[in-house]
Amino acid sequence: MSIEGSEYRGFLARRRERIGKGWHKFSRNPLSIVGLTAVLLIIFLAVFAPYVAPYPKHAGKFVNFAEASQPPSWKYPFGTDVVGRDVLSRILFGYRFSLVMAVIVLALVVPPGVVLGLIAGYLKGKWIDTIIMRITDIFLSIPPLVLALAIASILTPNLFNSMIAVSLMWWPWYCRLVYGITSSLRNEFFVQAADVIGAGKGHILVREILPNCISPIFTKMSLDVGWVILLGASLSFVGLGAQPPKPGLGTMVADGMKYLPDQWWTAIFPAIAILIVVLAFNLLGDGLRDLLTAEEV
Amino acid sequence: MAFSTYLVRRLAQSLVILVGLSILIFLIARVMPGDPARLALGPRAPKDVVQRWREWMHLDEPLYVQYYYWLVDTFHGSFGQSLYTRRDVAIDVKTFLPATMELVLFSGLIMGVFGVLLGAISARYHDTWIDNALRVGTYVGVATPAFVFAIFFLLLFGYLFQILPTLGRLESTITPPPVMTGMITIDSLITGNFVAFLDALKHLLMPAIALALGPLAQEIRITRSGMTDNMLKPYIAVEKAQGIPDRVINFKYLLKPSLIPTVSIMGLDFAALLGNAFLVEGIFGWPGLSRYGIQAMIQKDLNAITAVVLVIGVIFITVNIIVDIVVAYLDPRIRLRGRSGMS
Repeated sequence: MSIEGSEYRGFLARRRERIGKGWHKFSRNPLSIVGLTAVLLIIFLAVFAPYVAPYPKHAGKFVNFAEASQPPSWKYPFGTDVVGRDVLSRILFGYRFSLVMAVIVLALVVPPGVVLGLIAGYLKGKWIDTIIMRITDIFLSIPPLVLALAIASILTPNLFNSMIAVSLMWWPWYCRLVYGITSSLRNEFFVQAADVIGAGKGHILVREILPNCISPIFTKMSLDVGWVILLGASLSFVGLGAQPPKPGLGTMVADGMKYLPDQWWTAIFPAIAILIVVLAFNLLGDGLRDLLTAEEV
Repeated sequence: MAFSTYLVRRLAQSLVILVGLSILIFLIARVMPGDPARLALGPRAPKDVVQRWREWMHLDEPLYVQYYYWLVDTFHGSFGQSLYTRRDVAIDVKTFLPATMELVLFSGLIMGVFGVLLGAISARYHDTWIDNALRVGTYVGVATPAFVFAIFFLLLFGYLFQILPTLGRLESTITPPPVMTGMITIDSLITGNFVAFLDALKHLLMPAIALALGPLAQEIRITRSGMTDNMLKPYIAVEKAQGIPDRVINFKYLLKPSLIPTVSIMGLDFAALLGNAFLVEGIFGWPGLSRYGIQAMIQKDLNAITAVVLVIGVIFITVNIIVDIVVAYLDPRIRLRGRSGMS
């Protein structure tokens, strides 16, 4: 047996061990495993909604008055709504819209938030820091839901504008997160060393400081998927988000509310669906946070 | 730095934020697409009427001039006319604000008291079944939106068991107390009208608990982790070794510093209460400012929207000042070093 082979096996073993350690830390908390499983299941159902939903046609404009307002049964596990659409199928398509919204909002929000946080944190005490952080304070000086509702209402309410509204009030959180890390790291030796050997500001920010922000950012993102979905559902609940016949989870709850208590299933199942998706991403995010903070120490 | 200097600095900071917030709200209302005059008058209004309205509202002037006029009006307590109710928005705000304040303050009370209490219990009995049950409960609590709680409660206690009223603030058979604070529970207590007080409290219960449960779960978690962290610190061991009674250690030396993160997070939790009130008030037909705000938003009633957002913003800024003062009281490091108390 050659030496190289054994070294390579050693490398593989070490890597396996590292991954195993991480997995061990993550899986020590059964709630993290529940979260991960639920998130994977929800993503699968959302992506393949047209194939796994029992009645894919029911997601849009569809009426079947012969089977309207049916309580849960084998044929319709979560019952049907007032125009005869399968609630389960609509929830799966609702997840689809919600996840797309979360991904787009985070893609819009994270880059500007991170860049502004890096700049303000590195130039702490300069005028640019003051300007950026005071603007952040202003956006954070009002309950996020209220601001999002106001913006969504002034723009025409629809799915796209609700994403804009949510994005406008979400970036300050990432700005603050990265600002906090950057302003504490900028006096560390490795940053000063890079500065002394003549590295540019861009290099220091991107190559020296940014890598230290990555795991907190990812942890926050995994938690935020749930929160963005919740905010989107809240907007559509009051009619300022995705518009019918699109199966927004909030829209479905609001529609079902009109028929409480007799047709409870049309409101309760979409409500539970919102709860489950937020809970799943929360559990996953908490698990990741435990894993990543443990790694850093 | 003295506490008074800290206070003055904190207030000055809030003033800057308030001015910024007013600019933000003004910009949202004016820069967004759509002609405010057209929105106000409807699509069928003749062109010259729209033009006169534009001049009256100073809509043809540069933005900073418009902002100046708007700010002067707002300072005089005038938000203009509601395009939908056709009433003065300031009067609408005065009418509807007390109901929202009553709801949110009661919710905040539930959140603060039970958050700290259950958190302390969870920490005191950590890793026992009580603690585990509370922890699982908080996971579900944090993740459940207030409007989902509201619907569950409505179905359970309003329709299935029918023990709590589902709509409004007071039964129509009961004469409301004279309006003093506008909060029915407090007004009826002042006048000694206990029948009205009990009924108002019953109406308040479901919406307030639905609002409070999410933030409450958060407070429990923060209080628990704060206390369990501090429990292991050497200073507690030293106090134990000195023979200081457990009761004194727990309340005086363990609970007080552990409450710093709990109180700090209360600002954010209050934001959740104020925001979720916009969803929950509608479910229970609670005639508050938030429900008024939602109606204004759906009608695109710009003057009303700006007024509601500004009022909520002012309330939230005030709450944050109070939170910072309490944190500074609890944490002498902030008070004495004079760092800005932003959490």
